[in-house]
Amino acid sequence: MFNMIDKVWIIPALMAASFLVILFFGKRWGTRATAGIGIAAVSICLLLSVIVAGNWISRVNHPPTGAALAADVIAANGLTPQTGETIGQEVNAVTKDSGETMTTESHSASTTEATATEGHGTEATASEHGGEHESVPPVVRTVTWFQIGGMQFEMGTLVDGLAAMMLITVCIISLLVHIYSTEYLHGDVRFTHYYAFLSLFTASMLFYVLSSNTLQMLMGWELVGVCSFGLIGHWWEEKKNTDAALKAFLTNRVGDIGLILGVIITFFAAGGTSFNVLHINEYALSHSANTTLLLVGALCLFGGVTSKSGQFPLHTWLPDAMAGPTPVSALIHAATMVVAGVYLIARLYGVFFSGLAIGSSTFHYVAFIGGFTTIIGGLLAFVQTDLKKVLAYSTISQLGYMVMALGVGAWTAGVFHLFTHAFFKACLFLGAGSVSHACHHTFDMREMGGLRKKMPVTHATFLIATLALAGIFPLAGFWSKDEILAGAANGQQNAYTIMLIFGLITAFLTAAYMGRAYWLTFWGEYRGHAKPHESPKVITVPLIILAGCAVVFGFTNFPGNFFGIKLPSGVTTRFEHFVEPTFAFPPLQHAEFTPWLAVVSTILAATGLFIAYQYYEKNRGPHGLTSRNKVAHAGYTFLENKYYLDDLYTGVIAGSTKGPIARAANWLNQNILDGVINGIGFGARKIAGVVYVFGDQLIIDGAVNGSGRGSEGAGQLLRKIQTGKVQQYASILFAGAVVLAGVLVFVV
Amino acid sequence: MFLNQFLLLAAILFCIGVYGVLARKNGVLVLMSIELILNAVNINLVAFGAYWHVNDMANVSGQVFALFVIAVAAAEVGVGLALVLLIYRNRQSIDIDDVDMLRG
Amino acid sequence: MLALLVAQNIAFYIIAALMVVGAIRVVTTKNVMHAALWLVLVLSGAAAQYILLAAEFVAITQVLVYLGAIIVLFLFGVMLTRAKTGNDEDLDNKKSAKLIGAGIGVLLLGLMSYSLIDGFKDTEFGNLMVQRTAEVSDSIFSTYLLPFEVLSMLLLAALIGAIVIARRD
Repeated sequence: MFNMIDKVWIIPALMAASFLVILFFGKRWGTRATAGIGIAAVSICLLLSVIVAGNWISRVNHPPTGAALAADVIAANGLTPQTGETIGQEVNAVTKDSGETMTTESHSASTTEATATEGHGTEATASEHGGEHESVPPVVRTVTWFQIGGMQFEMGTLVDGLAAMMLITVCIISLLVHIYSTEYLHGDVRFTHYYAFLSLFTASMLFYVLSSNTLQMLMGWELVGVCSFGLIGHWWEEKKNTDAALKAFLTNRVGDIGLILGVIITFFAAGGTSFNVLHINEYALSHSANTTLLLVGALCLFGGVTSKSGQFPLHTWLPDAMAGPTPVSALIHAATMVVAGVYLIARLYGVFFSGLAIGSSTFHYVAFIGGFTTIIGGLLAFVQTDLKKVLAYSTISQLGYMVMALGVGAWTAGVFHLFTHAFFKACLFLGAGSVSHACHHTFDMREMGGLRKKMPVTHATFLIATLALAGIFPLAGFWSKDEILAGAANGQQNAYTIMLIFGLITAFLTAAYMGRAYWLTFWGEYRGHAKPHESPKVITVPLIILAGCAVVFGFTNFPGNFFGIKLPSGVTTRFEHFVEPTFAFPPLQHAEFTPWLAVVSTILAATGLFIAYQYYEKNRGPHGLTSRNKVAHAGYTFLENKYYLDDLYTGVIAGSTKGPIARAANWLNQNILDGVINGIGFGARKIAGVVYVFGDQLIIDGAVNGSGRGSEGAGQLLRKIQTGKVQQYASILFAGAVVLAGVLVFVV
Repeated sequence: MFLNQFLLLAAILFCIGVYGVLARKNGVLVLMSIELILNAVNINLVAFGAYWHVNDMANVSGQVFALFVIAVAAAEVGVGLALVLLIYRNRQSIDIDDVDMLRG
Repeated sequence: MLALLVAQNIAFYIIAALMVVGAIRVVTTKNVMHAALWLVLVLSGAAAQYILLAAEFVAITQVLVYLGAIIVLFLFGVMLTRAKTGNDEDLDNKKSAKLIGAGIGVLLLGLMSYSLIDGFKDTEFGNLMVQRTAEVSDSIFSTYLLPFEVLSMLLLAALIGAIVIARRD
């Protein structure tokens, strides 16, 4: 297959072109053409993504050496080679990371090492990696966007296993959602608008995933936020939809403050020369890194993750975002956009690893928040009557799992869970959409029931996805969730015990609430008013595909030693092998498969399902407890009001700013600021008056008038000389003559 | 004889004449005082003329000038008295202090 | 020669004294007629001084014109203006004016006498030669012809002017 990895920018560009075409010509060409363009574009992108993944796999299998390796390293760092020293440093840094020198690398040595140490995850081997292959730098291609002040800003693509995996995930789910939406939004008033946004969203997400530097990631992040806003508020005729869209966008904005600060801090921490992701990671992992600064940067970045990936306390927008069309929820709020935060942590893992000291701590903020989020999401899912809201809280809980996994150092576990969760959650959402499509567009579980007979395909796929989510062997969720729990149990140097407890509790809760949703929807008697029937193929085929993925994809990371079954090393942990980065990546210890933990978690899940079955299907158990018992009632009300977080945000924070603070500011402005200005004006007028009276009238006019009066007075005086008397004139004459003569005689 | 004698004499007469012009109220008496002045000047002129004649025999300018002064004085007295007469005819008095129509 | 000089000096001083007295009487007397007569004294004294200065023609002209015509004119003027016979109290200005006049006169005299004494001390006449009339007429009609003609015009103008002014119509 030809080399797509250098030209991977075509993939988002293609989706962007699709967006523009639909935008300009969609209305004119009609709904079928619009959907066709979108589907065609995504299909081609999927094909190209598969090719890129293939390119990457072959690259991992035949990694570049020598000069090609050096060139790739330099390109990866985004640094232009200035001296031979820099090149040498970079290459040495690469080899130090891998723990081996370039010359001694060989395939057989690396793979045997890999198999030898795969099964013994906890021991630290001589090569700092958990016995991985040699370091394979990602393929980075950049162009200079602009230059300012001696600093170059680039745009580029970075392809490694993580990016390739994300490409495939996004493309598959986007394609299925495109197909699904043709039926779900059939006859919608803004069909072309919706498809345009879908294309734009896919383009933005792909752009984000392929970013080579943090600035570009910021751009992609914001773009997907905008698309989310536009798609949630698709039916903006109803106020609750626009409110939900605004809530989503504004809550994300609050987190974005952290994100921007984090980008800036990491930029300056890494030397202030480059935003390149690998450059920052390498700095973070070097011995001279400023860990305090990295801690601050990591926490700021985590602020952005908190809002985008629905962590506590900025998760409040996710349930409300269910006001959008169901395919949108499947695509954006289950599989792709909300994992953007998780992807951020995964991409900049060096920063987090160094800053939060993941390798040597037992507790830190990120892991705790992740764990805490899993529990609160799970608890809230119990009190929902809206099927989509149950799934939304489930998403929050699972995102908490991913963040927790990354927080305890189980990188592959978190990313693997991201991968599997995307498929089965999307399947659940689309299944919910199918159900509501049949039940006259209601999601209220109280109006459903007994749908398993009427909608068999939907029922089957929903059941498979529920079991996957609950983590039942051998479906995908089992493998990924188990890996997370193992990571929490074994940890890096110490175990993250609290996170393990959180994880186990949530495993139970997940099974319980999903069981509740399942039984309420598909069993019992139908309580609604519509005549439900199976949805058309356009809806059910994507469901089948996704359910298939939920079954199969778990095996991509089959552990090396599963209850004694040891498969050849070329087959086990393929996901980890190809996806986990080896370049500019911290040395992680990989937890081995822990049998007792797997058994415990499966038992918990089964128990949860069983209890839900008893409670909801058989109607056993303490029904009506919350109305009888005060404590239970208080707890129930607390949950029903979503821990009063919404009230806190809207009422207290926003309300106090709108109310008292705004009023105080207005008072300040009117009285003090305006008072000062008015006072100045008043004073100026008074001064002007004084100046007029004294300066102008008294002095100037006085001078002018005075000169006139002086002349008059002088004239009056001089008039007296002219008496008309000749003798007086004569006397003056003679006196003058005397004076003149005197002057002549004596002076001259 | 000293030149100074004549010159001093002329000066004295001149000053007396000045006093007269300023002190007298009657118009005719004022004219008389003016005559005094003119005669004092004449004496002065002739004295200098004589002095000059001693040094330069051909020069009789002093006398000539004095003659002209006499002629002019005569003319002036004539016109002056005519004026006084006219004033007297209009006012019945020749008090020159009364003739102050040109006062400011 | 000396005797002549002595005689001239004595004559000069006597006539000078008379002239000064007369002049003073002219400006102080309360009788208009007497003032005119005292003026006669002054004018004739002047004629005598001209003789002493060997200016015969001017002396004669003085007598003819001044004493003969101008005094008569003055007397006519006195008469025509009905001057009071005898003492007239109303001939002088106020005392302040008289004092001012006296002051100015004294000042002028002081100034002039100072400059004269300072300038012409020890200036003697020497041998005074008579300036004959023929020389005078020669001078008038050659060197000073123009002033002479102008003077005649002046006299004409004065004549006509006097007639016009004093005309009774």
